[in-house]
This record gives sequence, C-alpha cells and structure tokens, in this order.
Amino acid sequence: MIYLFRLIARNTLRHPLRTLLTVLGIVVAITAFGLLRTTVDAWYAGAEASSASRLIVRNKNSLTFPLPLYYGAKIRGIEGVDSVSAAQWFAGIYVDKKNFFPQFAVDPRTYFALYPEFVIPPEQMKAFLLDRRGAIAGRKIVEKFGWKLGDQIPLIGTIYPGTWSFVLRGVYTGANSRTDETQFFLHWDNLNETLKKVAPDSANQVGIFLVGLKNAREAPLVAQRIDAQFRNSRAETLTETEKAFQLSFVAMTEAILLVIQAVSFLVIAIIMAVMANTMAMTARERRREYATLKALGFPVRFIAALIIGESLFITCAAGALGAWLIHPAAAYVGRKYGTIFPIFNVSDDTVVMAMLATLLVGLVAAAGPALQASTRTVSEGFRAAG
Amino acid sequence: MTAVVEIEHLSKAYQRGGQVVPVLQDITLTLQTGDFVALMGPSGSGKSTLLNLIAGIDAPDSGLLRVAGVDITGLRESELAQWRAEHVGFIFQFYNLMPVLTAYENVELPLTLTHLSRRQRCEHARLALDLVNLSDRADHYPSQLSGGQQQRVAIARALVTDPTIIVADEPTGDLDRVSAREILDLLESLNDSLRRTIIMVTHDQAAAECAHIVRHLEKGVLTDKIEYPRERAQA
Repeated sequence: MIYLFRLIARNTLRHPLRTLLTVLGIVVAITAFGLLRTTVDAWYAGAEASSASRLIVRNKNSLTFPLPLYYGAKIRGIEGVDSVSAAQWFAGIYVDKKNFFPQFAVDPRTYFALYPEFVIPPEQMKAFLLDRRGAIAGRKIVEKFGWKLGDQIPLIGTIYPGTWSFVLRGVYTGANSRTDETQFFLHWDNLNETLKKVAPDSANQVGIFLVGLKNAREAPLVAQRIDAQFRNSRAETLTETEKAFQLSFVAMTEAILLVIQAVSFLVIAIIMAVMANTMAMTARERRREYATLKALGFPVRFIAALIIGESLFITCAAGALGAWLIHPAAAYVGRKYGTIFPIFNVSDDTVVMAMLATLLVGLVAAAGPALQASTRTVSEGFRAAG
Repeated sequence: MTAVVEIEHLSKAYQRGGQVVPVLQDITLTLQTGDFVALMGPSGSGKSTLLNLIAGIDAPDSGLLRVAGVDITGLRESELAQWRAEHVGFIFQFYNLMPVLTAYENVELPLTLTHLSRRQRCEHARLALDLVNLSDRADHYPSQLSGGQQQRVAIARALVTDPTIIVADEPTGDLDRVSAREILDLLESLNDSLRRTIIMVTHDQAAAECAHIVRHLEKGVLTDKIEYPRERAQA
C-alpha cells in the first residue's frame, strides 16, 4: 500500500509541465463551472429570498400598466390581508446608463414594515420620513458610487421625464446574505405630487401593490379573493405570491439560463476529454512498467489503482483548488456586477457539485486506460511497449 | 537433483491476421534444480515464448507445464500472479526498473507482496544489493545508473524473493561488452554459489557458454542439446 501511494505520488510529478498544465486546465474548468452555476443561482436569488407571507398584485394585462391607488384601500379590506403597500418602478439613469440599479417609489411607512429584511438605522429612517426628497439606498450601491448621507443624487427619468434630485437620507443593509442590497427607494408621494402637476393622467396610480398576509398558508385563497374583487373592473388584477412574481421574470430569460447550464456541463465534458487524453498518454508511456509489475506478481487491481489513483490525485487536487477559487472569483464578479447580480453567493450545492464533477472527471478519465492495462496480459503488455 | 521444470508435449500458436502461426510445437523438456540453461535460436524460433510459458506470463495451448511441482497451466490469472511472485525472478533485456523508485526501492518492491515486516524487507533488499555490489548506489534512481548497474539492480530484484527459478530474457542484449561480461559473471556466480536455477534466452554465443546446458530452438522445435561440464563454466 505504501508503494502504491509512493508510485502514484512520484508518477504524478514525472512530467511536471504536463501535470501543471492539466491541473491548470481543471482549475479553470472547475472555477468556470462554479461561476456559471452561481450565475444561475443568482438568477433565482430574488425568488429564493422572497417571503411566503407576501403577495404581489399587478395589472392583469401587463406589469407596464398601472393600478389605481384606491385599489389599496379595497385590498386592505379583504379577508386574510394584514397590510398593504404600494410601489412604482422609477427607472432613472444615474449619470450613465451603465450605472443601473433598481429604483422604486414607495410608501415608506407601509413598505418597510412589510420588508423587515431591509435593516435601516432608526435615525436614518426618521430623516428619510421627514424629507420628501429623501432616498434610501442599499449598502452595495452606496459603496459602489461612494455616496455619503446628505449627498444629492440626480436621476434622469426615463418613464417620468426630467432630472430628479434626491437626498440620501439612509442606507439599508440586508438582514441576511440573500437580501438584495442594490435597491434605491424614494417617496411615492413626492413622485405623485409632481405627476399631478406635469402629467395628471399618470397621478394616483401605482405599479404594484404589496400585500402582507395574516396567514401565509392562505396565500392562494387571498390571491383569488383580491382578483375576484377587481374582476370586470377598469383594471383587472393578477395576484401571485412574491416567489411566483419573481419567477415570472426568470421565465422571461429561461433560454439564457438553459444555455448557461448547458455551457457549465460542457466545460466539464471538455476537461473530461482533456484529462482522458492525459491519462491515455500516461498509460501508453507506462505499458512496459505495468507489464513488469504484473510479471513480478502485482495483481490487476494494483495496476488499476495506480492509474485511477494518479488520475484522482491530479483531478482532486486541481478540483479542490478550483472549488476554493470559486469564492474569490464570485466575490469579484459580485463586486463588479453587483447591480446586475445583487446576490452572487456561492452555494454549498455549487461547491459539492464542483467536487463531484471533479471526481467524475478523474474516474472517467482513468476508466479506459485502467481497463486496458488491467485486461492486457503481461506478454501483450511487453509487445505493445515494443 | 530434482526436476524443477517439467514440460511435456507443449504447444503454442498465435493468431496473426486471421492466421494461426505455430510458435512452439511438441516441446518436451526437463530442467533440474540448480541448472543454468541457455535457450538459443534465431529470431522467431520461439525461445522467448518458451521462457514466458515457463515463467507463467503466457499460457500454452496444450501440453503439460509443471514448475516446482505445480501444474501452472491450471492456475487462474490471479493465482498465477501470486505464483510468479513466489517462484519466479525476472531479468529483462531492458532492465524494466521503475524509474521513479530508487535502486533500493526497486529491489524492495517484490517483497511488498510477501508477508515480511518492513525491517525484514529492508534486510533482504540490502543483502540483495550487497550481492550485486551496489550497496553504495541504493539511493540512486535508475537514470543515475549505468546500463550494467541497472541490470545488476534488476538481478537483485530477481533474487530478493528467493525464487525457485530465475528467467532472464537477453540479459546482456542492451549492454556493452564489459558490462555484459560483468552480468554474466554475476549470473554464473549466483548459479554456482547459491545454486539458483537460471533459464536464459540469448543470441550471444559467449553468454550461452556461461550456462552449462544450451538448448537450441528451430521453428518452435527443440533441436540439439549441448551440455558443458560445470567446471568449464566455472573456469
């Protein structure tokens, strides 16, 4: 057994450049695999972080059509509803289009009560409530743009024309790692008062209502009641759980997700082929040694263990390094593209999948050469070695 | 003297391109303990095949092949591997040492298949290296040794398990004259002083003359037999 490990370890380092290049290839492949899986996870992060006790009410025709403000009062009166808030997509540009981050005009008193995962220091919340031009921003975008409390933040409206200026009054942090810290909140009242003056037809309307439930298990029933309430009205509603609402966005880009998932597995398939080629070359070069070992009386399983062991030694070492590198790589991507992927965390599942993929690569790559070396007789082995 | 290798009506053929090519035909041969036998013959005469059959790394098509009283034609591959580990010492033309192991480790390698303790293995390996005068090169890798030295390590490896027979396939085929002479002297000395049974395939007449029995093969058939007195070989 000692000699088995000794031979495996020394054989691995026999062609240092070949081993190094193979290890590098696997490290890159496993890191890429992990990043791609994390990208897929990031896509679903909003849905994963959603609460089961919240419903989203939107216009049945499309999310781009608003709902009348007075629906809020009606929804509040429906059985099973605990609280109601409203939000409006603002879609402003901060300096440049590439500086995208989600912006919502909200009713702060009801909205933040529904979202306890947005943690805001009380004095900052107080300052925000007192200033109708005030805004609250997530920690990540504050850090990204280097904002400080009291800074003026200009946004060029795309839905609501003109340049809007807001004063940063608060910074929220996420209660957990799944909370999106890239959002920007402003007063809906401020937006609505301006609309009353410049576009009265667009005033007193909201994009969505957010409904807090008394009992999360009643979600389907309450959703039916809300939609029934507004059936045959000027603006019929579509009520769904927050998760379903988030997943409807994911569904729009499902094809991209499928491609990313396919590419992640393709990366593993490619490195499997590379590793299989390395092991085939290795086994071919050592045919004489395997034949000699067999002649000396070493059993077939010893030869197979030599080949499989070397393959696993290389792949597992490289895979462990690659799996470890996923974290700093994901942290970099998260920092760089934090507004596109607000949550870019490497899950345990991704690391486990990366390690399993590594193991699979090692075993599959060694299977052919191990089988061939094991089944070849001693004299065939010497003849093949020339 | 007892018979260590008993061969009766042994035949072997290979399939080549759909054709059956007979390699050995109706071989009958008996070797005694302590014999030093040289198998000679032109290329393709079947001498290496005969050596492989005796060593248990190839199987005959028909006939009886008994080594140290065991009919090895009836053994399964795993049994045969174990049998080889216990009874056969191999010396190859190209030494066939493990390049990643030192001389000492190469000699110790076959002992890992035995039940010897680490200390016993160490003693045996050191003794074998001592026998081939390479104790001072124990920590050298094969690439750091000359061809003759590598072959001496291979001989130490063949000896270390105290096998019933030592088979040597062209042991001097890859060596210069001086090194070849050293190896032959070493084999002779092992045969004379330790009474090892050695079966050697060679093309080299000078090498064959070290043996005290020379058997010729022609087209898979044993032809003449030359016996040299043991004293002459020693001389």
